Amino acid sequence: MNTLRKLAAPITAIILFLLGWEWLVWVNGWPTYKMAAPSDLWPAFWKFRWLFLEYGWQTLWRTVAGLAIAIVFGVAVGMVMGFSRTVRDGLYPLLVGFNAIPKATVVPILALMFVGQHDLNTILIAFMISFFPIAVSVSIGLSTLEPEYRDILRSLGASQLTVFWKIALPKTLPEFFGALKVSVTLAFIGTNLMEIISPHGRGLGALFDSGKINSDYPLMFAVLIALALLGIVLYYIVVALEKTFAGWAERSPT
Amino acid sequence: MTYKPAHIELRDITHAYQTEAGPLPVLDHLSIKMEEGSFTAVVGPSGCGKSTLTRLIAGLMRPDEGQVWLGGKMVTSPRPTVGMAFQNPVLLEWRTILRNVMLPLEIVGKRMSRTAQEDRARELLSLVGLEGFEDKRPSELSGGMRQRASLCRAIVHRPEVLILDEPFGALDAFTREDLWQTMARLRLEEKFTAVLITHDLRESVFLADNVVVLSGRPATSQFVLPNTLPTNRTLEDLYSQPATDMLAILRHQIQVAQGRAPADDAKATA
Repeated sequence: MNTLRKLAAPITAIILFLLGWEWLVWVNGWPTYKMAAPSDLWPAFWKFRWLFLEYGWQTLWRTVAGLAIAIVFGVAVGMVMGFSRTVRDGLYPLLVGFNAIPKATVVPILALMFVGQHDLNTILIAFMISFFPIAVSVSIGLSTLEPEYRDILRSLGASQLTVFWKIALPKTLPEFFGALKVSVTLAFIGTNLMEIISPHGRGLGALFDSGKINSDYPLMFAVLIALALLGIVLYYIVVALEKTFAGWAERSPT
Repeated sequence: MTYKPAHIELRDITHAYQTEAGPLPVLDHLSIKMEEGSFTAVVGPSGCGKSTLTRLIAGLMRPDEGQVWLGGKMVTSPRPTVGMAFQNPVLLEWRTILRNVMLPLEIVGKRMSRTAQEDRARELLSLVGLEGFEDKRPSELSGGMRQRASLCRAIVHRPEVLILDEPFGALDAFTREDLWQTMARLRLEEKFTAVLITHDLRESVFLADNVVVLSGRPATSQFVLPNTLPTNRTLEDLYSQPATDMLAILRHQIQVAQGRAPADDAKATA
């Protein structure tokens, strides 16, 4: 019953959303260049099904690669900032400033810097746009650790590293996964930004761009749907990981 | 008569915290001696440096002046022969109660087999009445039960010294009395020299052999009261005449420490 409800509720919501969309287009009599209806999308999907698979895979692996670098880099920066007040005070303005730069402006800079290396450029943008929440959450998680948590192990002569592995790291995991959920969406945006803007790009972003150039409006909308699907898949992978590694933070209702 | 060194000895300790407004002195030439296996309660006005004292004994901090001696050795760094429990039970949410209690053994019990470690933790949990809760998460337990688990964790590695920093302070009155009895039972079963920081005078009279009253900040040992109650105490003993007399003396001493009453003619010392 519970599993049925858990599955049925989101599926019903999606169906209602698609029906509402279809109805809106039909009632207004919009042509496809104004807004394509869901029923227009399937032919576009089918026509380019192999491209969708290939480009979808490219978008996916670049996003995951960029995210992986963001996790390693973000956790490292977060650790240093969490343990040292001086480093935190020093790095914060720099990080905030870096985060404030619209990444769309970085795309041409990167494209010029690494001309033709489309994979590298895309991964770099995905990484740059997504590491900030991870670094901040890890540093806050570590710096707000109550001193007693350290003391129970430090008083036994345990090293800082032991305190980190046994207490600080697991205690920070819920915050880390919260940030990862934001980052996974951001990385996805970064990947597509590069794929759309960069000439001779590949991936779903490039497919979107070619739809635009060829005035294939249903294709553009079909790409958006494909992107949404990929985003949902990535997000729920993170949720599954969170359940496995930080499931203890979720309290069962009593 | 042979001279027997005190198990814990604080020698002439002076300490100040460095703040932006200049040094903030907390301890001033403080000296306390605790015999091996004794139970000492330290009471005093709020903010008089009691928690600083626990960190000094644990070796987590070093005093500006003076020395801390444990079992004939000067304390310069943390040592595995110490156990600590705080007002906040600080249990690790991602571990079961059993694995929480076993935590110190992962640091200092490397010579114990895994089964021996587990048996030791189970034995303590049943001693404090937590049998059957070994596989629960801390969030599934009440405040009093969490504090019991925290006490088990503090002594699981058979420390020589147990430092209790107001462990019962956040509990309601009835739970607190239950925990006092649990503590007394643990003391009969396990061997340790205990230092209890507390704000509760009845608690100090029920649990301790000696009650040390600290003066206001910067704190020094103002008064030491040896307990006159029988060793095997019950809660009823707290309402006997000797207990009432001791509480009255302690209460008066606290008021002196707060500067609300003049110091006595007969300034008792130990």
